[in-house]
Amino acid sequence: MIDIVIHVLSAGLLLTGAAFALVGGVGLVRFPDLYTRLHAGGITDTIAPLLIIAGLILQAGVSILTIKLLLILLFLLFTTPTASHATVRAAIAAGIKPQGSEDPTKERASSNT
Amino acid sequence: MSPILLATILAIFTTMALALWRALKGPTVYDTIVAVNAFGTKTVLLIALITLFTGNHDLIDVALVYALINFIAVIAVLKLIDRHDLAAAEDLADD
Repeated sequence: MIDIVIHVLSAGLLLTGAAFALVGGVGLVRFPDLYTRLHAGGITDTIAPLLIIAGLILQAGVSILTIKLLLILLFLLFTTPTASHATVRAAIAAGIKPQGSEDPTKERASSNT
Repeated sequence: MSPILLATILAIFTTMALALWRALKGPTVYDTIVAVNAFGTKTVLLIALITLFTGNHDLIDVALVYALINFIAVIAVLKLIDRHDLAAAEDLADD
Protein backbone atom coordinates (compact mmCIF):
# COMPACT_ATOMS: atom_id res chain seq x y z
CA MET A 1 0.00 0.00 0.00
CA ILE A 2 2.67 2.50 1.03
CA ASP A 3 4.69 1.49 -2.04
CA ILE A 4 1.86 2.49 -4.36
CA VAL A 5 1.47 5.86 -2.61
CA ILE A 6 5.21 6.57 -2.93
CA HIS A 7 5.23 5.56 -6.61
CA VAL A 8 2.24 7.74 -7.49
CA LEU A 9 3.69 10.70 -5.57
CA SER A 10 7.08 10.23 -7.25
CA ALA A 11 5.50 9.99 -10.71
CA GLY A 12 3.53 13.18 -10.09
CA LEU A 13 6.64 15.08 -8.96
CA LEU A 14 8.71 13.83 -11.93
CA LEU A 15 6.08 14.66 -14.55
CA THR A 16 5.38 18.11 -13.03
CA GLY A 17 9.11 18.84 -13.06
CA ALA A 18 9.39 17.69 -16.67
CA ALA A 19 6.45 19.95 -17.62
CA PHE A 20 8.15 22.94 -15.93
CA ALA A 21 11.40 22.18 -17.77
CA LEU A 22 9.56 22.04 -21.11
CA VAL A 23 7.75 25.34 -20.43
CA GLY A 24 11.12 26.93 -19.61
CA GLY A 25 12.61 25.63 -22.85
CA VAL A 26 9.70 26.98 -24.90
CA GLY A 27 10.02 30.35 -23.12
CA LEU A 28 13.74 30.38 -23.86
CA VAL A 29 12.94 30.14 -27.58
CA ARG A 30 9.78 32.27 -27.80
CA PHE A 31 10.41 35.30 -25.56
CA PRO A 32 11.46 38.52 -27.30
CA ASP A 33 14.50 39.86 -25.42
CA LEU A 34 17.31 38.82 -23.09
CA TYR A 35 15.67 39.63 -19.74
CA THR A 36 12.40 37.83 -20.48
CA ARG A 37 14.37 34.80 -21.69
CA LEU A 38 16.37 34.90 -18.47
CA HIS A 39 13.07 34.94 -16.55
CA ALA A 40 11.91 31.76 -18.34
CA GLY A 41 15.28 30.00 -18.13
CA GLY A 42 16.22 31.08 -14.61
CA ILE A 43 12.95 30.36 -12.84
CA THR A 44 12.36 26.96 -14.42
CA ASP A 45 15.99 26.09 -13.63
CA THR A 46 15.08 26.44 -9.94
CA ILE A 47 11.69 24.69 -9.84
CA ALA A 48 12.41 21.81 -12.25
CA PRO A 49 15.43 20.39 -10.31
CA LEU A 50 13.49 20.79 -7.05
CA LEU A 51 10.57 18.67 -8.30
CA ILE A 52 12.57 16.13 -10.33
CA ILE A 53 15.17 15.44 -7.62
CA ALA A 54 12.40 15.21 -4.99
CA GLY A 55 10.75 12.57 -7.18
CA LEU A 56 14.05 10.72 -7.59
CA ILE A 57 14.68 10.79 -3.82
CA LEU A 58 11.29 9.16 -3.22
CA GLN A 59 12.30 6.37 -5.62
CA ALA A 60 15.83 5.92 -4.28
CA GLY A 61 14.78 5.20 -0.70
CA VAL A 62 17.22 5.67 2.20
CA SER A 63 20.76 5.13 0.90
CA ILE A 64 23.95 6.99 -0.05
CA LEU A 65 22.20 7.88 -3.32
CA THR A 66 19.68 10.02 -1.41
CA ILE A 67 22.45 12.02 0.26
CA LYS A 68 24.18 12.63 -3.07
CA LEU A 69 20.89 13.70 -4.70
CA LEU A 70 20.30 16.12 -1.81
CA LEU A 71 23.82 17.53 -2.30
CA ILE A 72 23.15 18.04 -6.03
CA LEU A 73 19.87 19.81 -5.20
CA LEU A 74 21.68 22.03 -2.67
CA PHE A 75 24.40 22.99 -5.20
CA LEU A 76 21.84 23.70 -7.92
CA LEU A 77 19.68 25.83 -5.63
CA PHE A 78 22.72 27.92 -4.69
CA THR A 79 24.41 28.19 -8.08
CA THR A 80 21.55 28.66 -10.59
CA PRO A 81 20.14 31.93 -9.13
CA THR A 82 23.71 33.18 -8.64
CA ALA A 83 24.54 32.55 -12.30
CA SER A 84 21.30 34.26 -13.41
CA HIS A 85 22.10 37.27 -11.22
CA ALA A 86 25.65 37.49 -12.58
CA THR A 87 24.35 37.29 -16.17
CA VAL A 88 21.87 40.15 -15.62
CA ARG A 89 24.53 42.24 -13.92
CA ALA A 90 26.99 41.70 -16.79
CA ALA A 91 24.29 42.44 -19.40
CA ILE A 92 23.26 45.70 -17.70
CA ALA A 93 26.92 46.70 -17.32
CA ALA A 94 27.35 46.03 -21.07
CA GLY A 95 24.51 48.48 -21.79
CA ILE A 96 21.74 46.14 -22.98
CA LYS A 97 18.36 47.81 -22.34
CA PRO A 98 15.20 45.79 -21.58
CA GLN A 99 12.73 45.87 -24.47
CA GLY A 100 10.08 48.58 -23.96
CA SER A 101 12.03 50.36 -21.22
CA GLU A 102 12.30 53.56 -23.29
CA ASP A 103 8.73 53.94 -24.57
CA PRO A 104 7.07 55.46 -21.41
CA THR A 105 9.67 58.24 -21.15
CA LYS A 106 9.19 59.06 -24.85
CA GLU A 107 5.42 59.25 -24.38
CA ARG A 108 5.83 61.49 -21.31
CA ALA A 109 8.24 63.75 -23.13
CA SER A 110 5.89 64.12 -26.12
CA SER A 111 2.84 64.79 -23.89
CA ASN A 112 4.72 67.48 -21.94
CA THR A 113 5.69 69.44 -25.02
CA MET B 1 8.16 3.16 -12.80
CA SER B 2 10.42 2.99 -15.81
CA PRO B 3 7.99 4.57 -18.35
CA ILE B 4 7.63 7.65 -16.12
CA LEU B 5 11.41 8.02 -15.93
CA LEU B 6 11.67 7.57 -19.70
CA ALA B 7 9.01 10.25 -20.31
CA THR B 8 10.86 12.66 -18.00
CA ILE B 9 14.16 11.93 -19.78
CA LEU B 10 12.55 12.65 -23.18
CA ALA B 11 11.07 15.93 -21.87
CA ILE B 12 14.51 16.97 -20.60
CA PHE B 13 16.04 16.08 -23.99
CA THR B 14 13.45 18.28 -25.74
CA THR B 15 14.23 21.16 -23.38
CA MET B 16 17.95 20.73 -24.07
CA ALA B 17 17.28 20.88 -27.83
CA LEU B 18 15.31 24.13 -27.39
CA ALA B 19 18.07 25.63 -25.21
CA LEU B 20 20.70 24.59 -27.78
CA TRP B 21 18.68 26.31 -30.54
CA ARG B 22 18.64 29.53 -28.51
CA ALA B 23 22.37 29.21 -27.76
CA LEU B 24 23.17 28.88 -31.47
CA LYS B 25 20.78 31.64 -32.59
CA GLY B 26 20.98 34.13 -29.65
CA PRO B 27 21.50 37.70 -30.94
CA THR B 28 23.81 38.71 -28.06
CA VAL B 29 26.45 36.69 -26.24
CA TYR B 30 24.37 36.91 -23.03
CA ASP B 31 21.51 35.01 -24.70
CA THR B 32 24.02 32.26 -25.40
CA ILE B 33 25.16 32.25 -21.77
CA VAL B 34 21.57 32.02 -20.47
CA ALA B 35 20.90 29.10 -22.81
CA VAL B 36 24.15 27.34 -21.89
CA ASN B 37 23.38 27.75 -18.19
CA ALA B 38 19.92 26.19 -18.67
CA PHE B 39 21.50 23.46 -20.82
CA GLY B 40 24.01 22.62 -18.09
CA THR B 41 21.36 22.43 -15.36
CA LYS B 42 19.27 20.11 -17.55
CA THR B 43 22.36 17.96 -18.15
CA VAL B 44 22.75 17.45 -14.38
CA LEU B 45 19.09 16.44 -14.13
CA LEU B 46 19.48 14.12 -17.12
CA ILE B 47 22.45 12.32 -15.56
CA ALA B 48 20.56 11.96 -12.26
CA LEU B 49 17.55 10.52 -14.12
CA ILE B 50 19.72 8.12 -16.15
CA THR B 51 21.30 6.94 -12.87
CA LEU B 52 17.91 5.80 -11.59
CA PHE B 53 16.81 4.57 -15.04
CA THR B 54 19.76 2.23 -15.59
CA GLY B 55 20.29 1.34 -11.92
CA ASN B 56 24.01 2.09 -12.21
CA HIS B 57 24.35 4.14 -9.02
CA ASP B 58 27.96 5.24 -9.60
CA LEU B 59 26.79 7.68 -12.28
CA ILE B 60 25.43 10.07 -9.63
CA ASP B 61 28.98 11.23 -8.86
CA VAL B 62 29.24 12.51 -12.45
CA ALA B 63 26.12 14.64 -11.91
CA LEU B 64 27.53 15.93 -8.63
CA VAL B 65 30.78 17.08 -10.27
CA TYR B 66 28.98 18.46 -13.34
CA ALA B 67 26.76 20.68 -11.14
CA LEU B 68 29.89 22.38 -9.77
CA ILE B 69 31.79 22.60 -13.07
CA ASN B 70 28.76 24.13 -14.81
CA PHE B 71 28.54 26.99 -12.32
CA ILE B 72 32.27 27.73 -12.44
CA ALA B 73 32.23 27.66 -16.26
CA VAL B 74 29.35 30.17 -16.50
CA ILE B 75 31.01 32.57 -14.06
CA ALA B 76 34.38 32.24 -15.82
CA VAL B 77 32.88 32.94 -19.27
CA LEU B 78 30.99 35.96 -17.88
CA LYS B 79 34.19 37.36 -16.40
CA LEU B 80 36.10 36.69 -19.61
CA ILE B 81 33.50 38.63 -21.64
CA ASP B 82 33.23 41.44 -19.08
CA ARG B 83 36.94 42.06 -18.42
CA HIS B 84 38.61 40.41 -21.46
CA ASP B 85 40.96 38.78 -18.92
CA LEU B 86 40.43 35.90 -16.49
CA ALA B 87 43.09 37.22 -14.08
CA ALA B 88 41.69 40.79 -13.84
CA ALA B 89 41.34 41.84 -10.21
CA GLU B 90 40.02 45.42 -10.36
CA ASP B 91 36.34 46.06 -9.66
CA LEU B 92 34.51 47.62 -12.61
CA ALA B 93 31.23 48.09 -10.69
CA ASP B 94 31.51 51.89 -10.87
CA ASP B 95 31.37 51.96 -14.68
